[in-house]
Amino acid sequence: MQIDINQARSYYHQMLLIRRFEEKCMELYSHEFIRGFLHLYIGQEAIAVGVMDAASAEDAIIATYREHGHALARGIEPKAIMAELLGKVEGCSRGRGGSMHLFDAKTRFYGGLAIVAGGLPLAVGMALADKMMKRDRVTICFFGEGAVAEGEFHESLNLAALWKLPILFVCENNLYAMGTALERSESEQNIATKASAYNITATQVDGMDVFAVAKSAKDAIVQIKENSAPVFIEYLTYRFRAHSMFDAELYRDKTEVEKWKQKDPLAVLKNKLESTDLGSQLGEDELEQEVVSVVEEAVEFAKNGTLESIADLEKFVYSAEVQQ
Amino acid sequence: MSEIITYREAIRAAIREAMQSDERVFLMGEDVGKYGGSYAVSMGLLEEFGSERIIDTPLSESGFTGAGIGAALNGMRPIVEIMTVNFSFLALDQIINNAATMLYMSGGQFNVPLVIRMATGGGNQLGAQHSHSLEGWYAHITGLKILTPATVQDAYDMLHLALKDPDPVLIFEHALLYNSKGELDTQVAPIPIGKAFVYRQGKDISIITYGISLFKSLEAADILSKEGIEAEVIDLRSLRPMDNETIMSSVRKTNRVLIVDEGWKSGSISAEIMARINEQAFYELDAPMQRVCSVEVPFPYAHHLEQAALPQVEKIVAAGHKLMEEL
Repeated sequence: MQIDINQARSYYHQMLLIRRFEEKCMELYSHEFIRGFLHLYIGQEAIAVGVMDAASAEDAIIATYREHGHALARGIEPKAIMAELLGKVEGCSRGRGGSMHLFDAKTRFYGGLAIVAGGLPLAVGMALADKMMKRDRVTICFFGEGAVAEGEFHESLNLAALWKLPILFVCENNLYAMGTALERSESEQNIATKASAYNITATQVDGMDVFAVAKSAKDAIVQIKENSAPVFIEYLTYRFRAHSMFDAELYRDKTEVEKWKQKDPLAVLKNKLESTDLGSQLGEDELEQEVVSVVEEAVEFAKNGTLESIADLEKFVYSAEVQQ
Repeated sequence: MSEIITYREAIRAAIREAMQSDERVFLMGEDVGKYGGSYAVSMGLLEEFGSERIIDTPLSESGFTGAGIGAALNGMRPIVEIMTVNFSFLALDQIINNAATMLYMSGGQFNVPLVIRMATGGGNQLGAQHSHSLEGWYAHITGLKILTPATVQDAYDMLHLALKDPDPVLIFEHALLYNSKGELDTQVAPIPIGKAFVYRQGKDISIITYGISLFKSLEAADILSKEGIEAEVIDLRSLRPMDNETIMSSVRKTNRVLIVDEGWKSGSISAEIMARINEQAFYELDAPMQRVCSVEVPFPYAHHLEQAALPQVEKIVAAGHKLMEEL
């Protein structure tokens, strides 16, 4: 495979930003700057970065409660995300959403949705609207393998295939629905096979290799537009950290975690470059410095942010309260 | 210009006009197309607008209701039809977790201009899974608007009002009203969402009601009138937002309150109305407030049992008598 060094640097840069951002979140959580539930994306970075590289600005993104990585890869300002996590009005959801509900109209980022599989029907409707209005857009819907057990998953896949809608379904299979292993929850553990039953083109792809992710997503978007039909990709991945900050990880073996850490997407990318003698051109230290300073700036910005006035508590329940 | 048509025809006319004037409007639901709608509301619309705008869905309430939300977020003005309120519970996740929260969660970025219509209410001997009146229960949910058209005029007006509204609106159509006839004037300005309407002026009792119970209440008011008791009859029209002002000004006038609702009493909209009157007009009351609601049973099939479970004119008259006794 021919590697474009600029492309590789960009992927590494974005994945590193997510990694360091998430590590900072963990630190801020332990110091109680961030509260509520916090679900870290560490280990799965290649998927958000690779898929977003395939998305265009007009496409719509729907993600889950583990969506800091998707928001960063989509281009929402790290400052605005961090301010959201600290509950400040400068946050991308004005502090109304928190970690699980990041939204951004500018980048067409529709959440940040915290009911498992609840975003899939929305993706069906977004894509239906695009099809009806003859817009050349794709809706990209991220969810975990836990969503496969929900009825909304099945209703949505059926509708998308039946109505031939331009949707890229991105299943991030990290093997655990919170603490319940895939083999303890699904009769058919190959999720792509399940999706195929709805007459949707579905494949399994290595989710730890950002190049493989980006290529599969780009191919899928071409296919979606050519065939006017949805595509389903199951990315095989693993979260290196606990489900949330309250999780003692009693349900999985440490050796399993260590085994998957060998496939760390940042290391996979670096090894690939080294095997082609491009390793020296990555400029890892420079990227590291830049990322650390961006994260620090975001933290400073968030800490200096404003708490919304309690007088505005009831604003935005209805649109009459939206300032035009 | 006015004409006499059915409640069903009024809704159909409103949908047709909205679809003619706005390409973003479409109708989606179970059997709305080829079948013509389970209550025949959309009969003929498929032929007129085609299958891309009159969309038959599989039996996937959560899927197609969520699709309505997604389409609304992406610039459309969808009308989602759910066959009955009981089926809407399969879509509760989408209605409550997504439609009602999206604007607030996103800090004012994403509103959901979605209309959901569904049939409600008993009296058709359809048993315990097709007959309940649960619109009051939906009125608990902040972020939604809840409309309950009783008249042909409101059946028409409310669909237009709901489509113009930037937020999710649920319209509850009582199944026994579809065949009812009434006057429709398409030139008159509609009464806005959130405003109640006083159908009958009276000085002795305020009967507060909505939906099909409006007609039972008006009938009871005629009987009471012959006995010299003048009841004021208020159609709430909208359960959320609710028109406190019209309720309280009537209470200040009559000092006696009777609430008529096909829902059950416990944890209900009738209880909510009483609570508001307690909070805002307690010292105006000359007698304990009364309620005529459905008996707290899952609705029975047998005709005599179902009728016994529902609010009836005689029960409303009896409650009126009781109110006047308490002096």
